[in-house]
Amino acid sequence: MKKNWWKALALILVTYTLLAGLLMDAPRLNILNETIRNLHFHVTMWFGMVILLTASMVYAIKYLRSGQITYDDKSVEMAKAGVLLGSMGIITGAVWANYTWGEPWSGDSKQNAAAICLLIYFAYLVLRNSMKDEQQRARVSGVYDIFAYAAMIPLLFILPRLDPNSLHPGNGGNPGFNAYDLDSKLRVVFYPAVIGWTLMGVWIASLKIRTRQIERALED
Amino acid sequence: MNKNQILSLIEKELLSEWRQRYALNGMILYLASTIFICYMSFGLKAGAIDAITWNALFWIILLFTAVNSVAKSFIQESRGRALYYYSIASPIEIIVSKIIYNALLLLALALVGFFIYSFVMERANEDGATFDLLYFLIAIVLGSLGLASSLTMISGIASKAENSTSLMAVLSFPVILPIILMVIKLSKNAMDGLDRSVSTDEILILVAINAIVFSVSYLLFPYLWKS
Repeated sequence: MKKNWWKALALILVTYTLLAGLLMDAPRLNILNETIRNLHFHVTMWFGMVILLTASMVYAIKYLRSGQITYDDKSVEMAKAGVLLGSMGIITGAVWANYTWGEPWSGDSKQNAAAICLLIYFAYLVLRNSMKDEQQRARVSGVYDIFAYAAMIPLLFILPRLDPNSLHPGNGGNPGFNAYDLDSKLRVVFYPAVIGWTLMGVWIASLKIRTRQIERALED
Repeated sequence: MNKNQILSLIEKELLSEWRQRYALNGMILYLASTIFICYMSFGLKAGAIDAITWNALFWIILLFTAVNSVAKSFIQESRGRALYYYSIASPIEIIVSKIIYNALLLLALALVGFFIYSFVMERANEDGATFDLLYFLIAIVLGSLGLASSLTMISGIASKAENSTSLMAVLSFPVILPIILMVIKLSKNAMDGLDRSVSTDEILILVAINAIVFSVSYLLFPYLWKS
């Protein structure tokens, strides 16, 4: 039970996010109106994705340094959970964009960067499937994982901020994050939601890591 | 890392390229015929295309040529020869020499391509913008460097997998996109003859991305090479 406290925490935080995010009083701004509640789902899932993909990259480095296959298991499952959160983030984002910007996909620079980022990680999964030898697969895909992560940073964090025409907040004269929550009402839900979604991702990943290890033990 | 080793490896690449000139000629012909296909299919006799299309098309043609020509740097290397390199040189020397060689190759191809492209493709010049040749050439140099370093690494990764030629495209396109976007922006600025200070940001970012990709390849290639 001692080890599982974080799963309980994940459940509590996600339930809290769902309830508070949908029911709590939200600040009303022009155009955004009630859709601001999506902040607790769309933005937090992206935060979770970045955290999980970072974890995946760290495990890939650990694998390359030590050569222990368990690190590779962790790396790939973290990446998969990250891709799951990323896909959900892009879908919730499209729903949000549909109501605020008028269309689900408006070619915004951050949307494009997000799509490319997912493409990179799909390519990573394709690469993994194209090799049979376990150690070689782990090594080559670990190398690509780190390489892709290094390529993703300018993509997600630097390039969209240079685009003066981005529709996302914080770019090109649009109000930044702080303009939404003058009374910090949103923060009360936002930060727990980030932790909650991330823990959910880690939970999914840890279950799949354990199945992998059991399968490997059965094969040996 | 030994400078002489790297130099002799580059020399060897150049020599082997020169000895089997059909590969080099093939690439130039690939470039030329792609440009000609674009020329014919846009029906340029009727009129020039927009500056945006002109620029984007040029870089897309270069991208595909680059993927095709760099792909062979590891994929077409025979197993025996790879083993031989493994025994005589350190992985860092190999990746550095391959990147430098590919950068030279792509630069040469890009310049030839630019020459043919601007020779056939007519460019619409609506508002009398002056073409800033120097900055366009800077864009070509930075672009070929970036393409060379990331594609060389990806080619090394893809060569370890089955079905590597199609994998090469899948793995490289998303990684290359930031470089291509920046280069397109930079060369568009040059084409419009904008003030040079406008492009400083793009040049800095391109140099930074190149530095990231190069250093990551430098750090990671030894792990890849071991297998």
